[in-house]
Amino acid sequence: MNDLLDLYWTFVKIGSVTFGGGYAMLPILERELAEKRHWTTMDDLRDYFSIGQCTPGIIALNVSTFIGEKRHGVKGALAATVGFLTAPVLLILLIAMFLTNFAQLEIIQHAFAGIRVCVCVLIVQAVLRLWKKSVVDAPSLVIYLAVFLLNVMSFFLPVRIPAAVLVILSGVAGVLISSCRYRKAQEGGEAK
Amino acid sequence: MKLLLLMYEFFKTGLFSVGGGLATLPFLYEMSDRYPEWFTHADIADMIAISESTPGAIGINMSTYAGYRTAGILGGVLASLALAAPSVIIILIIAKFLAKFRGNRMVEGALYGLRPASIAMISVAGLNVAKVALVNLNAFQLSGSIGDLFVWKALILAVLIFIGLKKLKWSPVIFIALSAVVGIIFKF
Repeated sequence: MNDLLDLYWTFVKIGSVTFGGGYAMLPILERELAEKRHWTTMDDLRDYFSIGQCTPGIIALNVSTFIGEKRHGVKGALAATVGFLTAPVLLILLIAMFLTNFAQLEIIQHAFAGIRVCVCVLIVQAVLRLWKKSVVDAPSLVIYLAVFLLNVMSFFLPVRIPAAVLVILSGVAGVLISSCRYRKAQEGGEAK
Repeated sequence: MKLLLLMYEFFKTGLFSVGGGLATLPFLYEMSDRYPEWFTHADIADMIAISESTPGAIGINMSTYAGYRTAGILGGVLASLALAAPSVIIILIIAKFLAKFRGNRMVEGALYGLRPASIAMISVAGLNVAKVALVNLNAFQLSGSIGDLFVWKALILAVLIFIGLKKLKWSPVIFIALSAVVGIIFKF
């Protein structure tokens, strides 16, 4: 029970500082869950994000469910996800009740212009740290560049390709590339 | 009845919006067309501004807001839970599957392709934040000088945070809080 409360409370804290959506969450998760608590590893976190991107639902919630499940099964998944929801839901309820002009307040705008700078740096650092283990060879570099460029230039393309489609195609490409390699390696083995 | 309908609509949004973040927006616009009394297009625009300045994904924020507008506090809570429900169910299934098939050649192959794609998506997200936080396209278009393209105080702050994160072992949360203070003091 204490373990579940701990899980819930940890995700309440994570949920209350995750500005700018799921991706900004990664450095915080890394610090709180991988380094401090050893509940998961950076490699696992990266895989959770990869999967969370091509499955339905909000990425942040998908990742919370993953970590909670790993820690404590179905109960853990619920504790983590509800924990992640707690702060944003309370805050929006308060804003809806009392502060309808919240986003227009000058002090809030300045504060968030500052926070956006920080979020930007956090994301860059997350990319740098994940790079080495994700972009491991030429084909994976090609996948990275293709997804990146198609996304950035989608503005100029006649049809907007949904991000989820790109991610799923990358998964399929991954399966094809590795099975090609496997076959080659086997043929090589037989030739010897 | 209204509560059930609200939960059904947000469950559907959670189920079909793949990719998170702004992927929920088309569903929200659709919902607003169908139930104008829940929230309007202008409310969605306000909500985008609010969710940029509060923690949590926009989908969660929007469901809380619309739920509250429609059916009070209970509505806000239930709509948010309904949005989260598909995530929880689907990920629970995948987590079981992943634990079982870890090391399977197909799964490892898929992950091999998904990883660089995932980093690419994160890079794009970073680029989108940078476009708002670090550069001022309007000023650049008006004057045409490179000096106006960058928001210099934001760039300086970015470099300081970058070095700080490397050198100091502080939690990112502290840097987020400090950035908010710097933003207020220096009028970002």
